[in-house]
Amino acid sequence: MTAELVRGQNHPLSQARLEIRVSAGTPIVAAAALSDENGRIHGVEWVAHPGAPTQPGLEVSRQAAADHRLAVDLDAVPEAVHRVGVLLALPAAGAGPVRFGAVAAPFVAVTGLDGAEIASYTITGLEAESAVVALELYRRQGAWKVRAVGQGYAGGLAELLTDQGLPQARQLAGGIDDAVAQGLARSVQAPPPRTADGDRSRQAAAPALGPDQGGGAPQPGQAPPASPYGGQTPGGPGQPVPQMPSYPGPAPDPDAVTQSSTPTAGGPIDYSHPRRQNAAPPPPPPTAPPAAPGQPAQPVAGDATGWSMDERLYNQVWGMFEDLARSTAAYRSAVDFAESRMDKELEQVLSDPRSRIGGQGDAAREAARARHAQLVAQAAEALDRDLAQLTAEAEVVEPALPPAYARWDSPVWHDYRVPMEIPMALRLGDLHLPEADGIRIPMLVRLPLERGLWIDSGRTGSSDGSFADSHALGRLAMETAVAHAARLLAVYPAGEFTVHVIDPAGSGAQPLAPLVRTGVLAAPPALGAAGVADVLARLTQRVDLVQMAVRGGAADSLPPGFDTSQQLLIVNDFPHGFDDRAVNQLRYLADEGPAFGVHLMMVADREESSGYGPLLDPLWRSLLRLTPVPDDHLADPWVGHAWTYEPSLVPPGSQVLQQVLAQVAAARTKYV
Amino acid sequence: MTVNMTKGQAISLQKNDGGSLTAVRMGLGWQAAPRRGLFGSRTREVDLDASAVLFADKQPVDVVFFRHLVSDDGSVRHTGDNLVGGVGQGGDDEAILVDLSRVPVHIDQIVFTVNSFTGQTFQEVQNAFCRLVDETNGQELARYTLAGGGQYTAQIMAKVHRSGPGWTLTALGNPANGRTFQDLMPAILPVL
Repeated sequence: MTAELVRGQNHPLSQARLEIRVSAGTPIVAAAALSDENGRIHGVEWVAHPGAPTQPGLEVSRQAAADHRLAVDLDAVPEAVHRVGVLLALPAAGAGPVRFGAVAAPFVAVTGLDGAEIASYTITGLEAESAVVALELYRRQGAWKVRAVGQGYAGGLAELLTDQGLPQARQLAGGIDDAVAQGLARSVQAPPPRTADGDRSRQAAAPALGPDQGGGAPQPGQAPPASPYGGQTPGGPGQPVPQMPSYPGPAPDPDAVTQSSTPTAGGPIDYSHPRRQNAAPPPPPPTAPPAAPGQPAQPVAGDATGWSMDERLYNQVWGMFEDLARSTAAYRSAVDFAESRMDKELEQVLSDPRSRIGGQGDAAREAARARHAQLVAQAAEALDRDLAQLTAEAEVVEPALPPAYARWDSPVWHDYRVPMEIPMALRLGDLHLPEADGIRIPMLVRLPLERGLWIDSGRTGSSDGSFADSHALGRLAMETAVAHAARLLAVYPAGEFTVHVIDPAGSGAQPLAPLVRTGVLAAPPALGAAGVADVLARLTQRVDLVQMAVRGGAADSLPPGFDTSQQLLIVNDFPHGFDDRAVNQLRYLADEGPAFGVHLMMVADREESSGYGPLLDPLWRSLLRLTPVPDDHLADPWVGHAWTYEPSLVPPGSQVLQQVLAQVAAARTKYV
Repeated sequence: MTVNMTKGQAISLQKNDGGSLTAVRMGLGWQAAPRRGLFGSRTREVDLDASAVLFADKQPVDVVFFRHLVSDDGSVRHTGDNLVGGVGQGGDDEAILVDLSRVPVHIDQIVFTVNSFTGQTFQEVQNAFCRLVDETNGQELARYTLAGGGQYTAQIMAKVHRSGPGWTLTALGNPANGRTFQDLMPAILPVL
C-alpha cells in the first residue's frame, strides 16, 4: 500500500523508525535537516550531510551516489524539532550535471524498516535547480506526517540552507561540497553503479561505494541506531560494510554510466560489444516438452530443448512438473464445478414445492447426483489418460537421470565417478500430489544454490504423530541434511565444494559420522560457543574479502592459496551456542553469502529461536524450507497447488553414501 | 473456406466430422489509424488486447488475458501482450491458442473478446482484424475485419462451444464497451 504523492500532498506516518530511499540516475548528494515549527534550522548540528553523516535521529550517506538509503528515527530527534527535511543536491565538484533538469526525475520513497513502502514521490518539473527539498516529515498534533515538497533552488545548497534560516549556510554548503569532492575522488576505483534505474523496488539500493569507503562507519543503508552489523564485523574496524552488488552481474548498462570518471581504472579492456553481451543467451527457462499430438507418442528421456543432455533432462523434468500441475488443475476445477452444481440442484429440489409430491423429489435428487457422478467420472478419465502418459514418461526419464538428479537408490550412484563439471541442478527430493500418488516429480533446483536451505526439525503440520519424539525428528533432520550435503559434495568437481559444520552440543555426531569418517569436511564439526564463533568469523571474513575484491574489480588479487570453492555451512541445534554477535553474523551470511559462494544449511526448529522475536524472520524467509518427513508446503509456480515434498534419503542399510564420499575424499587428496 | 463476416453477423461453423477441430487459434492484428499532423509520431498508439473466458454452464471459470497468459489447466494459451499493434501488414499481433482436446471436461464454452486497453474506439484503429484459424492445418476458418468500426471500445468476437463429441465455432462480432474483459461480462452473458 504505497501512497504515490504529488507535490504538496501529505500522508500519515505510523512508524517512528523509517528509511528514506532515493534513486536518481546519477550520483547526487543526500542530506537531512532538522528545523523548528517555523521551518528554521538552528545550527549546523541540525544538518546530517556527507561531512557529518550522523545527527540525533538522522543518518545519511557519506558521499554522492545514485541511490541512497537515509535512516530516520523520529523518536530520537530533539523535542524542539518539528520538521525533518530531506534535501538532495547535485555534487558541485566533478564533471557531472549541474541542473536537475538534465537528469532523470529523482524518486524518493519512505519505507518501514522491513522495506515496505509507505509513500513515494517522483520529483518532476525541475529545471535549473541544483538543490531541492524533496520531502518533509513534520509533527502535526503529536503525530508525524510526510509531505511531498519538491522545492528547488537554482543557487544550490547554499541558497536552500539560507532559505531555511541557517546562519552559517554558506560555510556549511561549502563544507558539504568538500566532503563530497573527497568522496568522489576516492570512489574512482569503484565499479560503476549496477543498480538498474527502473528497478526501484529492489532491495539492493547500492551506492557506488569504493572499497576504501565507509570504513568503520555504520552502514548507511541499514538502520544505523541498531545496525546489526555496524562495527561488528570480525575482520576489525577497517572492514567495509556490506553492500549488495549483483554478482557476478552482467556488463554494466552503458546508459547507467553518466559520468566519465566512473569506469574501472586499470581494468582489462573489454572488447565485447556491450549490447551483444546483453543479448547472450540466458539460461533457458524451464520449458515444457511439446504436447504429444493425438496419439501419445512413445516417451523418450531427454525429449526437451537444451544444449546438453543435462539441460534437456532438466527441462523435461520441469515440463513434467508443469504438465502434472495443469492436468490436476483441470481435474480439480471440474470436480469443484460438479459439486457446486449438484449442491445448487439439490437446493432447488428442496425449495420446489412440487418435489413434495410423490417420488418427484427423489427422482430429481437422483438425477443431480447422477450428473455429478458423470462429470467427475469424465474428469477422472481425462486425468487418468494424462497420468498414464506421465507415468510412462517418468519410467523412461528416471533411470536416465545423472547422479545429481537421481534418487539415492538409483544404480547410477553405484557407478559414481567424481565429475569434471558442475551440473545444472540438484535433486533435493520428490514432489507429488494426492491425485497422482504414483508419480514422483524430481524436485530440481539450479546450481549454484541461490538460497540457503532450512531443514525444519520442528514438528510439522502433517507429521502424523509417528515422530512424537522431537529427538527422533531432530536426528532425522540431521540425516536429511547430511544426505543433501553429501550430494552437493559428490556432484561438484573435486575440491570445488567445501562443507563446514557447527554442531555446538555435539548432538549431530551420529548422523554426521559419514561426513566425518570419510574426511570430506573442511574441519571436524565445531563444538561449543568458541567453535561457533570461530567458524562464523572465518566465513564472514571470507565473504568480506571476496566482496571487496569483486567490488574493487580485482578478483585476481585474492591472497595466494585462497580457496575459491563454494562453501556450505551446516548449523545444527540453532540457536544453541549462539550469542547475539554470532546470530548477527549468521544473518549477515544468510543475506550476503549466496552471492559470494557461501550458503547456509540450517537444521533447526524455529520455535527454539522464538526468543529472538521478529529479528530472525528475514533469516527464515531467505531460506528454502525442506522437511525431514513428507510435508505439503511447497507450491508450484503455475497453479499454486500444495505439493507433498519428500526428501532424498539414502535407503536404510545402503552403503552408497559412504562409497560415494570415499571417492570424493580420494579425489580431493589427489587434487590437493 | 474463409468466411468474411460483417459487423454483427453470426455464422455457425461446424466441421462435418465433428471432432476434427482439435486446436484453434484466435489471431488479432491491427494498426493505429494515422491522425492529422505533419509527422508520423502524431499517430497515437493503440493497445488492443485479446482475451478468452472459459465458462462452465455460464459460470466463468478461468480467463486468459495479458496478465494470465495460460489457463490453469494449460489448454488455452495467450502468446503475449502486444502494446502497439503491427507496424507492417498481415500477421497476428496477439494470438490465443486453444487445445480443444485438453479443455477440462466441465468447460463448455470459450468466448473470445477484443478490448481497447488504451480507450480509443475502433474508429481509431486501422486494418484491424480478428481471425480464427484451425491450428492443425493453418486453415483460416473465419475472419472479421474491424476497419470502419464504430464508437465502441470492445468486441465480443466469437465463441467455441461443445456440441456432441466435438466443438462448434460461432462468430459473434457484438460491439461492447470496456477496458478489460471484466467490463465485458454483462455483454458476454447474453451470448452464452
